[in-house]
Amino acid sequence: MSITQQDVDRIARLASLELTSQQSESIQSDFSDILALIQQLQSVDTQGVEPMAHPLCGQQDVALRLRDDVARPAATTEQRDALMANAPATADGLFLVPTVIE
Amino acid sequence: MSDAPLHTQFNSIAQLREALVSRQVSAQELAQSALDAIQARADLNAFLHVDATLSLEQARDADRLLADGNAPALAGVPIGHKDLFVTQGWRTTAASKMLADYVSPFDATVVAQLRQAGAVSLGKLNCDEFGMGSSNEKSAFGPVKNPWNTATNPGGSSGGSAAAVAAGLLMGATATDTGGSIRRPAAMCGVSGIKPTYGTVSRYGVIANGSSLDQAGPIARSALDLLELLDPITAFDAADATSLEHCNGTPNQPGRVRHDFDRAVQAHQAAGSTPLKGLRIGVPDEFFSADIQPDVAATIDAALKQYESLGAERVRISLPRTSMSVPVYYVIGPAESSSNLSRFDGVRYGYRTAQYNDLDEMISRSRAEGFGSEVIRRIMVGTYVLSHGYYDAYYLQAQRLRRLIADDFRRALTEQCDVIMGPVAPTVAGDLGTEGSPTEEWTADIFTISANLAGLPAMSIPCGFASKRNLPVGLQLIGNYFCEGQLLAIAHAYQNVTDWHQRKPEQQ
Repeated sequence: MSITQQDVDRIARLASLELTSQQSESIQSDFSDILALIQQLQSVDTQGVEPMAHPLCGQQDVALRLRDDVARPAATTEQRDALMANAPATADGLFLVPTVIE
Repeated sequence: MSDAPLHTQFNSIAQLREALVSRQVSAQELAQSALDAIQARADLNAFLHVDATLSLEQARDADRLLADGNAPALAGVPIGHKDLFVTQGWRTTAASKMLADYVSPFDATVVAQLRQAGAVSLGKLNCDEFGMGSSNEKSAFGPVKNPWNTATNPGGSSGGSAAAVAAGLLMGATATDTGGSIRRPAAMCGVSGIKPTYGTVSRYGVIANGSSLDQAGPIARSALDLLELLDPITAFDAADATSLEHCNGTPNQPGRVRHDFDRAVQAHQAAGSTPLKGLRIGVPDEFFSADIQPDVAATIDAALKQYESLGAERVRISLPRTSMSVPVYYVIGPAESSSNLSRFDGVRYGYRTAQYNDLDEMISRSRAEGFGSEVIRRIMVGTYVLSHGYYDAYYLQAQRLRRLIADDFRRALTEQCDVIMGPVAPTVAGDLGTEGSPTEEWTADIFTISANLAGLPAMSIPCGFASKRNLPVGLQLIGNYFCEGQLLAIAHAYQNVTDWHQRKPEQQ
């Protein structure tokens, strides 16, 4: 089992990865091995088995909590600046990105 | 060559605490000597960020509390944090170029809890990028070397945590385990590590890899030291949506693990010369498959014999879907990773490419340049198995098999045995730079990933050496849900009569 270069391009687009041709070729060659590995899953009959999303769901109640729907205090300007200190480009408390709408 | 750090004169955190409380040694002296040793062992590449000013400030705080006579339990104990835990002050990179300059505005809950308990952080520890790897060779900042033989890798992904403890640079370290990332490096470096039950330790501020698998836990020299580090961080945290409020009806809070440990140890002591009489150890046939190195299997067998001499009974069990855990994991893990890592877009934080024409190009070029090859591989696999037309065949099928794998464990641990034991890995540490193909690397996780799929607590303790080069072997212990205290007590019973956990590598 293998995938085509078009398949790799499509997955990379879905994953927002602009792969170089070298990265792309290496992924394509890895994928034949990887697909052979994960295709072993098909060999097991799992009819009637409920998919398990949470590892403790057979053990105790694992319903996700919701917090109370109340407003939390707004961040101060200092807190905002601390959060935004890691951004590659900012101005006046805003994240800068290339023009989206002309 | 520098002197060994002061804390290495003490065999346990408890001993060190006595010396600190009686003021025979100060937290600042300890921190300074550890900082010196870390610098002297820069060749190991175990640390990604050290900041003496920050560490000494924490040590000063600890000394002040100790002088006042009401110091918390870990006051002055030198530890480090895997670089997936966000920290104020120290950079948090996840060992990725994507986050090379990232400084968190807050501490992860576990970091804050250990700080609250008085522990002094000596810095941030190298690991595989975003925790994706089994040898610590997938770090964007270079591999970590194994202190037992610097030509070999330390295991991964928490390789920096395990190597730093093994080299005596720290008393303990935080780590995370998505598919074996605490147990594997602990085994390869001859130290002890525990991955507690899923949901018991907060993941708030731990950079996410696979959210239904990730669990934080400590690495240290012995089961006793693991208890000191695990108990204060085992607690419900409202900031982590998967954090458990209760563990089988008992509140998830500090004291729970220690209570279970103390009770188990008391029972062991009451049993005299056969402390583990009545303990049934399940040994899965599948963990001794043809792939295991014969001398690793022999070392594990010797450890099991030691357990039998303590009164335990060895029971043959079967976990028939063990081989299937690899494909199940490498569908679910990458699916979750690809979702989690979609947050890295070069807008709010992280690496941004130098040249681009529009927003899409900026994001996808930043991601392709910022992530390393293993991370890109897993994002691609995850995106593929979640994509239209493949979701049922891969992701849902893997989740169904995950339930069957968890059911196998449940059956064994309720009907046949009290604890499961076997090897952590089929081999000892491998040479640096000799990694196999991606799927060969993934398959090496075969004995560890099923505990993550089932959410069970599991640990590794050193049990001997194997191969021509005499490298450490780790014994794996897997317990029932929430049995961290019992597991640590069973490990402690072994460490009471063996000294593998006290062996230290000679400096090379």
